[in-house]
Amino acid sequence: MELFHDVKIDWLGKKWYFLGFSLIFSIAGLLSLFFWHHLPLDVDFRGGTVVRVKFAQKPDLDRIRAAANHAGLQDVRIAQYGPAANDEVLITLSRSATSEAAIDQGRAAIVSTLSQNYATGGAENQGKLDLDNASREGLAQWLEQKDPEHMGDTSDAEVRYQQQADAVLHYRDDLHSGILPSIDELHGLVDPAVLSALQQGAYVSGFSVRSVEIVGAQVGQQLQKQAILATLYSLLGMLVYLWFRFELIYGVAAVVACFHDTLITVGAFSLMNMEISLTVIAAILTLVGYSMNDTIVVFDRIRENLRLSRREPLADVVNRSINQTLSRTVLTSGLTFLTVLSLFLFGGEVLRPFSFALVIGILIGTYSSIAIAAPMLVAYQDWRSQRGRGAALPAAKKARV
Amino acid sequence: MQKNLKAKTIAIIAVLIIFVYGIFGIPHGISGAALKQALAKNINLGLDLKGGTHLVLQVQVDEAVGSATDSDAGAIQTDLQQNGITGVTVTKPDPARPDVIQISGVPADKVSDVSSVLNSRYSARYGISSGVNNTWTLTMKNTTEQDLKQAALDKAIEVINQRINSLGVAEAVVEPYQLGSYQILVELPGVDDPGRVRDVIQSTARLETHEVLGGPWPDKQTAMQSLGGVLPPDAELMQSLPGASNEGSSAEWYELKKIPIWGGTDIRDAQPGHNPNTNEPEVDFFLTNAAGDKFAQFTSANIGKYMAIVLDNRVREVATIKGEIHDQGNIAGGGITEQYAKDLSMLLRTGALPASIRYLQESTIGPSLGADSIHQGVIASIAGMLAVMIFMLVYYRGAGINADLALFLNLVILLGFMGFAGARLTLPGIAGVILTIGMGVDSNVLIFERIREELRAGKSPAAAVDQGFSHALTTIIDTHVTTIVSAIILFLFGTGPVKGFAVTLSFGLFANFFTSVFVSRVIFDANLSRKLHGEPISI
Repeated sequence: MELFHDVKIDWLGKKWYFLGFSLIFSIAGLLSLFFWHHLPLDVDFRGGTVVRVKFAQKPDLDRIRAAANHAGLQDVRIAQYGPAANDEVLITLSRSATSEAAIDQGRAAIVSTLSQNYATGGAENQGKLDLDNASREGLAQWLEQKDPEHMGDTSDAEVRYQQQADAVLHYRDDLHSGILPSIDELHGLVDPAVLSALQQGAYVSGFSVRSVEIVGAQVGQQLQKQAILATLYSLLGMLVYLWFRFELIYGVAAVVACFHDTLITVGAFSLMNMEISLTVIAAILTLVGYSMNDTIVVFDRIRENLRLSRREPLADVVNRSINQTLSRTVLTSGLTFLTVLSLFLFGGEVLRPFSFALVIGILIGTYSSIAIAAPMLVAYQDWRSQRGRGAALPAAKKARV
Repeated sequence: MQKNLKAKTIAIIAVLIIFVYGIFGIPHGISGAALKQALAKNINLGLDLKGGTHLVLQVQVDEAVGSATDSDAGAIQTDLQQNGITGVTVTKPDPARPDVIQISGVPADKVSDVSSVLNSRYSARYGISSGVNNTWTLTMKNTTEQDLKQAALDKAIEVINQRINSLGVAEAVVEPYQLGSYQILVELPGVDDPGRVRDVIQSTARLETHEVLGGPWPDKQTAMQSLGGVLPPDAELMQSLPGASNEGSSAEWYELKKIPIWGGTDIRDAQPGHNPNTNEPEVDFFLTNAAGDKFAQFTSANIGKYMAIVLDNRVREVATIKGEIHDQGNIAGGGITEQYAKDLSMLLRTGALPASIRYLQESTIGPSLGADSIHQGVIASIAGMLAVMIFMLVYYRGAGINADLALFLNLVILLGFMGFAGARLTLPGIAGVILTIGMGVDSNVLIFERIREELRAGKSPAAAVDQGFSHALTTIIDTHVTTIVSAIILFLFGTGPVKGFAVTLSFGLFANFFTSVFVSRVIFDANLSRKLHGEPISI
C-alpha cells in the first residue's frame, strides 16, 4: 500500500498561505494570553490547595459551595472534574488561603466540611470510622484496637488485621475507585467477625479524597523559573546541535519553527483555558524534540539533494526534498498522533492536559517543519542574494558523521 | 553471511531473554497471578501510581548559622575574660544578619590584646574589622557559612530519614531537592494521611539545659520590668509549660543563660520509661561522656542554684541543683502520654534537627487514584500499540512484520531496562512508553520509505535494503540525538513524575535505536537470504 506516490506539490509557492495560517493561530493565542484567559497555571506553579474528591452519587456543587462558605473557607472554587459520570469534584483554595506555616489547614478544613455536611447518615455516624477515607494503616490499627477475633495484642493479630484491611482496601480502591458501595458487600471478603465489627463501628461516607496537592508560594515561583529555563535551554541545545551538524542558519530555522510550535501550543492552552502543569511543560519539551525530528528529516534531504545538484534553484531543491520525505513525515506523524490520541482518549483525567499538548503539538510540529523551517532557508538565501553576498546555501558539511 | 546472520540472531534472542528477565525476574509460576506478582516486584512504581505522599521541605539554614555564631559569641566572651579583658559586650546586633558578631565597650588600653585574641582564634572563620570607639565586627566567612548550611542540610536529611524509618514507612525517600536551595524532598509510598509523619518530621526536638538566672514572672512584661527594661546580652527570656516548677504552677517566664550547659547533640540515648513512684510515663535520657563531664562540673559547682530543661524553646522543667549530676536525667510530668513518651524519646535518640523545617509542598495521591491511573495507562498503551501495529502490517505488508517485531522487542527492552535500573514508572512515564511506541516506528518508516525509493530507482532488493539502511542512518542518529537532548533537560529540571517520563523516554530511544537499526536489519537479511537473487521483497 502506498499513500504518496511521486507527489509534486509546490510547497514554497504556498508560503503566504502558510504564513497567514501561522499568524492567525499565533496572534489568536497571543491575544488570549494577554487579554483574555492569560496563562492559566496549574497549582504546581500557582500555589494553593487542590483537593480532588469522588462522590458515590452525583455531587451537588451548590450544596458543597454553601457548606464551604458556611465553614468560613475563603477564596474557595468548586468545579466538576472530568466527565460528569465520574462524579468527581475539584475543590481549590487560592494561594493566599494556603499558609505555609500551617500548610495542611485548607485540606483539613475541606475534609471536615465534607464529612459534616455531605456524608450520608449524618449524626448517627459520630465517632465511627469512615471507611471511604480510611488509610491502610488507620484501618489496620482500628481493627487491632477493636480486636473482633479476640487475638490479643500479638504480632499474629497485627498480621491478621493487616491482611483484613488489605482485603477491604483492595476491594475499595482497585475495584471501586475508592468508594465502597456499602459495607455489606464485603461479605465473603473478610472474616465474619471483622465484617460485623465494621458494620457496627464503621460507615461509608459516600465521598473519597482521591488526591491533595498543596503548594506554597515559594515552590510555585521556583518551578515557574525552572520551567521557563528548561524550555529555553532545550531550544538552545537544539540550536547548538544543529549548528554543529549542519550550519547556523539551519539551526536558526529549526529553532524558529520550534518556538512557533511552542507558542501555538501554549496559546491553545490559553484559548481553551486549560491549566499548564509541570507535565504539560514536559510535553512541550518533548514536542520541541519531536518537531525538531521532522525538521531534521527534511533538512537532511535538502542537504543531500544540494550536494547532488548544485545548479538547481534552491526553491526547487527544497520543494523536491519536502515531497520526497512527505510520505515519511505524514506516516510517522500520523502514527505518533494515533498513539497520542489513544492517550488522550483512554489515559484518564490526570494525563489529559499532557496528552492535549501532545495532540496539538504533533499536528503543529509536523506542519511547521514543512511550512516554516524549510521556507525560512529559502527566504534567508533570497535575502542574502539581494544583498549581493554569496548566493548558495551552505551545504558544505558532509552528511555522514 | 549465513553464519554471521546466525550469530546476530542468537544475540537478539539473548537480548530478549535478558530483558524479559529484567521485567519478570524468575516468577514463581507461569499463571497470570504469578506473572503479575513478579512484574510488580521488578517494576518500581512511582508515587503517582502507587499512592503516597510527596513533601518538599525548606531547612531554615540561617538558624544553623545563628546558633554557630551564638556559641562563638559565648566563646569570645570567655576567651576575652580569660585574657583579663573585662567589661566587654559581645552581641549580635542585627537579627536579619545571623552571621555578624559585634564587640563593643573595649577599654582603650586593651585594644591590642583584643585584637590579638580575635586574630589568633577567630580569623580562620570570620572576617574581622575594627570600627570607631574600639568596636569590632566579625562577619562569618562565606565558605564557612556555606559549609555550615550544607552541614545543616545533610544533618537534617539524616535525622528526618531516621525518624521516618522509625515510623516504619517502607521504601521512603529522603534526599536533597535539587530545584531549590537547602530543600529536602521526602517521598512516602503508601502514606495517604501525612499528619503524623508531619508532626514527627517538623518537631525540632532540641533538648537543652540552661542555667536559670531569674524568674519566674507571670508574664513577659513583668519580667522586663524587674530586669530594669534591659535584658543582658547573654540572657534570654523563655516561657515555661504549665507545671514546670511544681505541680499546678501555670505558664511562667524565666530569665535563662543564653548558652546552654548542654544541647541537642549531647544526647547519647533516650528511652520511654515510667516514674518509679507514680508510674507515670516519662522519658529518660543519657548524655555523651564529654557532655556528662561538663554537666557534672557545672552541677557540682552550682549546688543550690536552679537549672531549666528546655525542649523546643519552651521550659519543660525547672529544678534545684541538689548535687552533682553526671550523665542522665528525665522529662516527666506535664501530662506526658505513653505515645508522646515513645515519640519524644525516638526524636531525642535520632537527634535534634539543626534548624527548623518549613513545609513548601505536600501532595498526596490516594491508592484508588493510583490504581485507576495504572488501569487507564495500560489501556491507552495497548490501544496505541495495536493501532500502530495494525497500520504497519496493512501499509508495509511483509516488512510490517519486521516493524511489529521490532516494536515488541522495543517494549520488552524498555521495560527490562526499567526493571534492571530500578527506575520508577510514573504516570507520565507510561505516557513516555506510549510516545516511544509512536516514535519507535519513526525510524522504521524512515528506513522502509527509503528502501521503497531505492527499489523504485531500480535497485535489486538486496542493494535497496542495504542502501535504505545506510542512507536513513544519518537521519536516525540526528533525530535520536535531538530527542535525547530534550529528555536530558527534562531529567535535570524535572521532579518525580516528570523525571520518570524523561527516564522512560531515554530508555525507549536507546531501545528503539537498537531495534530499528540492528534487529530490523537482521530480519530483512534473514528474509533475503531465503530468497533467490532478485526475487522481490514484500514492502
